[in-house]
This record gives sequence, C-alpha cells and structure tokens, in this order.
Amino acid sequence: MQEFETVIGLETHVQLKTRSKMFCACSTANGAEPNTRVCPVCLGYPGAMPVMNEEAVRLTVLTGLMLGSRISAYSRFDRKSYFYPDMPKNYQISQYDKPLCEGGAVDFDVGGEIRRIGIRRIHLEEDVAKNTHFKACSGVDFNRAGVPLMEIVTEPGLTSPEEAFEYLLALKRILLYAGVSDCNLEEGNIRCDVNCSVRPRGQSALGTKSEIKNLNTFKGVLNALRYELARQIEVLRSGGEIRQETRRWDVDTGVTSSMRTKEDEHDYRYFPEPDLMPVVLDAGLVEEWRCSLPEAPRKRRLRMVEQYGLPDYDAGVLAADREVADFFEKTAAMTANAKAVSNWIMTEMLRLLGETGRPVAALPLRPQDLAALIELVETGQVNAGTAKEIFAILFEKGGDPATIVKERGLVQVSDEQAIEDFVDRAMAGNPGSVQDYRKGKKAAAKFLVGQVMRLSSGKADPRVVNRILKEKLASE
Amino acid sequence: MLTSVETLTLHEAAGMMERGNLSSEELVRALVETIHSRDPRIDAYVGVDEDDALGQARAADEARKNGARGKLLGVPLAVKDVINVKGRPCTCASRILQGYVSPYDATVIARLRAAGAVFLGRTNMDEFAMGSTTENSALKITRNPVDTDRVPGGSSGGSAAAVADGEALAALGSDTGGSIRQPAAFCGCVGLKPSYGRVSRYGLTAFASSLDQIGPLTKDVRDAAIILSTIAGRDPMDSTSLDEPVPEYEQGLSGDLSGIKLGIPREYMVSGLDAEIERAVRGAAEACRNQGAEIMEVGLPHTEYAIATYYIIATAEASANLARFDGVRYGFRAPGAHDPIEMYGRTRAAGFGPEVKRRIILGTYVLSSGYYDAYYLSAQKVRTLIRRDFEEVFKECDALLAPCTPTPAYPIGDKVKDPLRMYLGDIFTVTANLAGICAMSVPCGATAAGQPIGLQILGPAFGEETVLRVGHAYYDCGRNPR
Amino acid sequence: MQTVDPRGDQEKIDVRYVAHLARLYLTDEEAETFQRQLEDTVGYVRKIGELDLAGIEPTSHAHLVQNVFRADEPREGLDRDTVLENAPAGEQGQFIVPRIVE
Repeated sequence: MQEFETVIGLETHVQLKTRSKMFCACSTANGAEPNTRVCPVCLGYPGAMPVMNEEAVRLTVLTGLMLGSRISAYSRFDRKSYFYPDMPKNYQISQYDKPLCEGGAVDFDVGGEIRRIGIRRIHLEEDVAKNTHFKACSGVDFNRAGVPLMEIVTEPGLTSPEEAFEYLLALKRILLYAGVSDCNLEEGNIRCDVNCSVRPRGQSALGTKSEIKNLNTFKGVLNALRYELARQIEVLRSGGEIRQETRRWDVDTGVTSSMRTKEDEHDYRYFPEPDLMPVVLDAGLVEEWRCSLPEAPRKRRLRMVEQYGLPDYDAGVLAADREVADFFEKTAAMTANAKAVSNWIMTEMLRLLGETGRPVAALPLRPQDLAALIELVETGQVNAGTAKEIFAILFEKGGDPATIVKERGLVQVSDEQAIEDFVDRAMAGNPGSVQDYRKGKKAAAKFLVGQVMRLSSGKADPRVVNRILKEKLASE
Repeated sequence: MLTSVETLTLHEAAGMMERGNLSSEELVRALVETIHSRDPRIDAYVGVDEDDALGQARAADEARKNGARGKLLGVPLAVKDVINVKGRPCTCASRILQGYVSPYDATVIARLRAAGAVFLGRTNMDEFAMGSTTENSALKITRNPVDTDRVPGGSSGGSAAAVADGEALAALGSDTGGSIRQPAAFCGCVGLKPSYGRVSRYGLTAFASSLDQIGPLTKDVRDAAIILSTIAGRDPMDSTSLDEPVPEYEQGLSGDLSGIKLGIPREYMVSGLDAEIERAVRGAAEACRNQGAEIMEVGLPHTEYAIATYYIIATAEASANLARFDGVRYGFRAPGAHDPIEMYGRTRAAGFGPEVKRRIILGTYVLSSGYYDAYYLSAQKVRTLIRRDFEEVFKECDALLAPCTPTPAYPIGDKVKDPLRMYLGDIFTVTANLAGICAMSVPCGATAAGQPIGLQILGPAFGEETVLRVGHAYYDCGRNPR
Repeated sequence: MQTVDPRGDQEKIDVRYVAHLARLYLTDEEAETFQRQLEDTVGYVRKIGELDLAGIEPTSHAHLVQNVFRADEPREGLDRDTVLENAPAGEQGQFIVPRIVE
C-alpha cells in the first residue's frame, strides 16, 4: 500500500432547507404520495417556465460564507442536456462556468490531526425525479424533481477514505449549524459522487480516475472508496490499466462494478439558460445575509463565558448544539442564576434528549418553564428530588411547574413539627440503624434520611431532615 | 342582426355589444356559422369548441347584464394551437402531442379570460412553430384565403388566414423569426410582434426561449392595440417578462404622423426584393410623408448575417426546448420499446416531422462539444452587433418602414424540398426577434395578381406606442383597398 | 477566439451521431437527406465567421435584467389524477416507463 498514494475528490449534493422547490412553488415537504407535489414546471410540461427561489440562493451564499468562499458578483444558470426518465425536461438547470461561490475550505479532524481540504466551487441546481425499479418496468415520481440542490465540489486533495469520511462529518456539522439543510441521510438530503485515483508515490501526474456516483451514506463513501482504491492498486500491480469510467457501489456485496455506459458521451451541451436572469450580488446584500449567519460555535462559547460567568466547560457543552445554546440563553434571560440553568441543561435535559432522541425544537418544555422551576427550587417550594420529577414531566408533556406542584401536592415540607414526626417514626421503625449510628456507623444516618424521605413521599426538605435527625441521634 | 361578421372588427363588435345591439352569443353563433361555411376552403382551424364557446359567450352576456364592462367582454378569439388553454388539447400541430390535454391556462389566456374574452377555437400552424408556410403541420395544410393554391405563410398561418378570411374577429399567434408578421403579410391582415419581454410566455410552448413572443393578428391596428393592453405586462411566472408599465395603447392612436421620423433601412431594399413589394413599401412611405412624417434612409449594416445568426440561436434553444417530448409524461409514446433509450428514439422519430427533426439536429450540432464557440457563442456576439444596429438607428428616427417579406405568398409545395431557400425568406423579420424590438405588419396593397403585400413597421424595445401610432395612421385611417 | 472560417473546408457532420445525442432514430433515407440539407444550412450559417467578433459581448438575454426571484412560499400544484390522465402509462401514482437498466 505504501508504494501508492491516493487522490480523492468529492462532489456532495445537498438538498436545501427550503419550503418550495428551486424553480416552482411546489412544496418540498417529505413523505407525500407519489406525484402529488407537482405542477407544469417541475413536470416539464409544454409552456412551463422556471422562476428562481431566492431562499435557495441565500442558503447557498450562506454556505459559501461559512466555508470562506468567494461569493461571485455575477453568476447565472445554464442548461445541462441529457436524456433520462427522471429528467422532466431532459435538461437540468444547473450552473456551469459562473457558479454562486468559488473557493473556500473545510477543516476536519482525522486521527487527532486537523487537516484542511480546499473547496473548488459551490453551485445551485435542481434535483431530479425518483425512479423505482420493478421487474418489467420502472416508475417515476416527480415529487423530488426540482428540489433545490446545492453542489459542493472539493479540490482533488483528500488522501484517504478516512479523510473523505471525516470531511463529510465536518461538512454536515457546518450545514446543520447554519440551518442550510436538514442533512437527513435517510431522506436523501445528502448524496455524494466520489472521484478517486492512485499513482505511484513520487509521481506528479495523476493516475486515471474512476467515479462512483450517488452514494447516500457516509459509511458507503468510506467503504466504496476503500474497496475501489484497493481494486485500482491491484489492477496496477498486476500490470493492468485503469479505465476512466463510472462505477456503481453495491452495498450488499461490498464491491464496485462498472456501470453499463448509458452516457458514454458526456456532451452536456451547456448553454446559458435563456429563461432565467443572471444573479448579481452586491456587497450590501451579501453583508445583509452574512449578518443572518448563526454565531460560530467557538465564538459563542467565548461569549457565554463572558456574558453569563459560566465555567468554560459548561459553555463548551452548551455551545456545541445551536438549539441547546438558544434554549439556555432564552432561559438565562429569565432568571438570575445562569449556572443553575446550565446545570439543569447539562444534566437532566441532555440526558433526556439523548435517551429519547427528541429534537429541542419539538419539546413541550419551554424556557419559561425551566426558569419557573428554578425559581421554585430557589424559594424552597420544592426540593431537588421533586424538581427532577417535575422536570421529567415538563420534558414529556409540558405544563406549568407551579400548577404541577399544586396538582400533585409536591410542595416541599419544611414544617419543623411535621418533619420531627417523620423522623420519630423513622427512628422508631428502624431501631437497628439507630443503634448502628450510635455505635459509630455514620453511614446509617443516610439510610434513616432515606426512610424519612419515603415517609414524607419525598417532600421533606432534606436540610431540615438532616438537622433534626442529627439532633435526635445525638441526644439520648 | 349581424350582417357581415367577416369584416367586423373587434372594436366595432365591442361597441355594438356595449350599446346592446349585439350579444356575445349571437356573435359567436355567427362566427361558428362562418367557420362552417368558409373554413373547408382554407382549413385554418384545427378545432372549434362550439359548445364551450357558446357557454362562455352566455356567461359574458350575463356578466354584462350585471354591470361588467370592457372592450374584450364577450369577444371571441381564435388561438394558435401552441398556447396552452386549460382543458383543451394543445397539439402544436405535432403528432407527439396527440392526446395531450392542457391542465393550465397560459398567462395571456388567463388575462383574456378575466377580461371576458371567449375562446372560439384553435388554429393551424407549422409544427412547433418551425416553418414559414404552415405546410409543416402534422394535421393539415392551411390555404391562403386570397388564393387557395398559395401558402398562408407561417408559422401562425391558421390564425392569419382565419382573421383575413373573416372566420375570426382576431387571433393570437406567436412570433420567433417572423411567424406573426409574415403570415399577416401573405394573408392581408395586421400582425404585431411585441418587444421581447412585453408579453408573458408562460404557457407558450417554447420554440426559441430568447426570441419567442405572443402577439395579436387582427383586422386593423386599433384591435391589435386593444388586445396588447390586456395581455402585456410583467408576469411572476415568466422571469423574462419585464416590469415596464402597460399604457392604454388605444390612447396613443392619434391618427396623424406629424413630427414622426421614419427610416427605411437600405439593406432591406435590395436586389432579391420583389419589385412590386418595393414599390408598395415606397408608396406607403410616401403616404406617411403626406400624413406628416419625415422619411429618411438609414443603415442596418449587419442585416446580411441575421439569418445565419437566427438559425444558429433558434435551433440551439429549440433542441433543448423540444427534448421534453419523450413519451414519458404526456403525449404520444411509441409502443413496444424495451428500454427508455429505445422509447425516446422511436417516439421522437415517429412523433416529429422532418422540419422539426432538421432543426433539432442543427441545434444539437451547434451546441455540441467543439462547435459551441464557433457557432452558438459567435452567433450570440453577432446578435449583439445586430442589436446595436437598431439602437443606433433609433437615435435618428422613431420607427422604421420596411418590407415584411422578399416575395408575396408562393405556391403550396414550392419550398418544401429546399429548407434553406425557405429560411432565406425570413431575412426581414428575424432581425426584430434577435434585437428584442417590436414590429408589426400592416397591409399596404397587393400585387397585380392580387396577392397581399405587407408593410413592416419596426420600433424600439417597448416602443409599441409608436409602432401602433404609425400603423393606425397609415392603415386604419388611410385604408388601402386590398 | 475560435470562429469558423467560412472560406475553409467545411467539417463533415456526423448526422447519425448528432441525432443520437438528441435521441432521434433516423431511417437510412432520413440520414442521407438530412446530411445533405444540414451541410447546406451549416455551409450557409458559417457566414458569421466573416465578422471580427473580438471584444464583443454575447447577448444571452435581449434586455439586461437581474435578480428576478420568487419568495419561498409553497403552493398547491396539479391534482395527480389530472396529471396521470395525460401519462401514456401510469400505475399506482407513478409514471411507468420501460425498465431502466443501470
């Protein structure tokens, strides 16, 4: 393996998070019955014409800004002609030589080292329809046809399948953070074409490359590349030549195979799209869009330390997820105790989020509810244990903390007399533990506290319990 | 009672309906009868929707009773079968759209519908608007009403013949390289190609996206102005339609030409131009001078490259626009194919006529790898030069007078074997499409044999007011007998 | 900038190849006729090579307009039954074509 070096380039197609399609107003919402989100435009009917979705342009420019690309002052769309049943017009409206963004880079971590891959360009185009293959025929569903697709092309500078994998993970994080795409691989939001070649170490000329298209999982990219590169090396070692071709990755058998050339002539006959006007972005508009970019994770972390007096560790955990950070800041704005908010989120909330897999945005728990709960604890109305119960209810169903406390009678019992009663009963019911404590086993006190809590249905104020129990255990 | 619906203009009919002397239903019935009796001779229509039209007419009459008004209320129009009308076939005179029923209205149709117009029927054309004779229709041949052995022109031959023969008050056509103006000239009616971007193309089956425009064919210029006011204007469904205000074009029809400067491009008055046509055009210029216009000679130096430029650009765009006709989603599909590639090949072979195939092949060729720079890109640059020619002349004059065609209508079958010779007949009309300006043909006499001659009036982009004013003063006011 | 030289030898057009790019099956007779007619036409359009086009910008659009956008608002489209009525072959809500072989 050492005698060869690897050259990999990736083209990633990302479905943008818009509500309507790229060139028509059909909805992009998932899960609809086939051919129910269609119109003359995305069906390629005679007389239909495209109209550009501004949000798709904005999201593409935002991506360029996040990746440090140059945003083109002038860009336009072109027709890319080829025939296929998933093509409503048998040309795709794409961008050829004047894309929206050029240049940029993505940093990613591979094996503990930070590596950087250059981005060649980012452009906008429309997605194709979906084919389903049956035994004797194929079916086409045009719901997906026309969905805005952003294509991100790297320089051919990735040097291993692992780098490609890490690059994709880093890219996904950035796209999610900027809110540009849902990045849901199961729904096909991201698809990759990979180009790879090998050359003897030291040779400057690139080897012949092969292309593997339409990989829709990152693992697929990793495995397909591992297989293909090994295959190429094997071919070269045995004196053969690599053919420039498109190959298909079969996830079941784990091999790439040559595709029957449906398009051995890739003459796309690009020409400027006459039905669409050029996009001219002046610095003012780009700046306006730049301001709508979410704060990058690192910057937010630093600000949260300063603004809320949080420990760096806390800020790091919270800032890693934009929705969590948003939730924190909204809640912190309603209490005086930012650290308490941070604790609740880092412990209870993240735990429950992890267990249930629910997204923050879908929680019935609202910032004002958490703020109210913290208030209840601070004023001694509920104890910490009860508060955790309440939090769980809020997370699951939502509601108003004060109401929940009232309805379930969860008010903390702080009344000295009542607690004395509980303590007496606990001691009377567990003489063995009392004796153990007096004999020197301090830990027995804990057991007794637990009993008091049980007797009080968890509502006793633990501080008062501890004090009274200690007093009673000490006397006699 | 309606005595002569054949010569009735749209504005006259509107006036009669306004005064209560005529109902839309009567008007439609009279036209349908005229069509039944006269159309077998010229075959202008491919479909007459009698029942539907009567229903629309009755609705218009009812609306009028309830206070609705407007110049187009209850007015029946014929539509070139390249424009989508909801619920109707839109064959584009091609086999490949057999069975296709449009699920939507083109924007121009929606606007006319909202104004109360009635859609009478669909007219014949060259297949996908490709041709200058309407002989390229897969459905039928249309004949010139003045001499049925001759072509009516194309590609809006059906619309022009119907209007000229009195089978329609007015009609819609489309013009990519002369397809409204040339048949108007051959048949003896008025035909207006608006500036590019003046009228929405949404719903117009595209031939050449950067050249196509929808426009009216009418009996006089006033009618063209009325229709244009309703159909013009920015359409959010068409990104190439411009946000220019739409004046009431009828207001500008002052009837006189004092102060107007009219230029005659010397490159258009050259050898190869039929002598009778030249005489008629110069005669028209004189008439305009007598009405107060100043006549001058101007130059459009790149005229001789216009046809070459046009046939490169138009066919290139058409080759992409017609790729969608593949048997997958609508229209005709050749049966028995084993895979999609075979389905495409056989469907398009059987579905398209020879002229369409020729243009698709030429268009594909000039876009193909290795030839794009030499042909398509170069043609787009020549187009810039042609555009500049017009910008220059319009600094010196308000409008241009020119012939519309180098010859009058020729016999059916004459040009079918020689496509290039047919293309060369477009020499005076393609320039307006390439430059994006407006142009109109009005009748200006006839040959000794009685064939109509068309005078072309060209104006700057969004200068329809001037063109209509000149045409109205010359033709409507000083009507030349046919 | 590469233009055609109208005085130079005309390139041979491979009509069958070009027709294949456009997914048009041609009969032998058509291929022969079109070959001739196309060579005639291309021979004519090569005329534009006479012009000096150095420094001239191409015209893609007749009028210079830019940034024609649409707000990202979804709208109901066509009803599926209507759409499938026009389909030469449709089943279970899908457009049916001969089996695609990849």
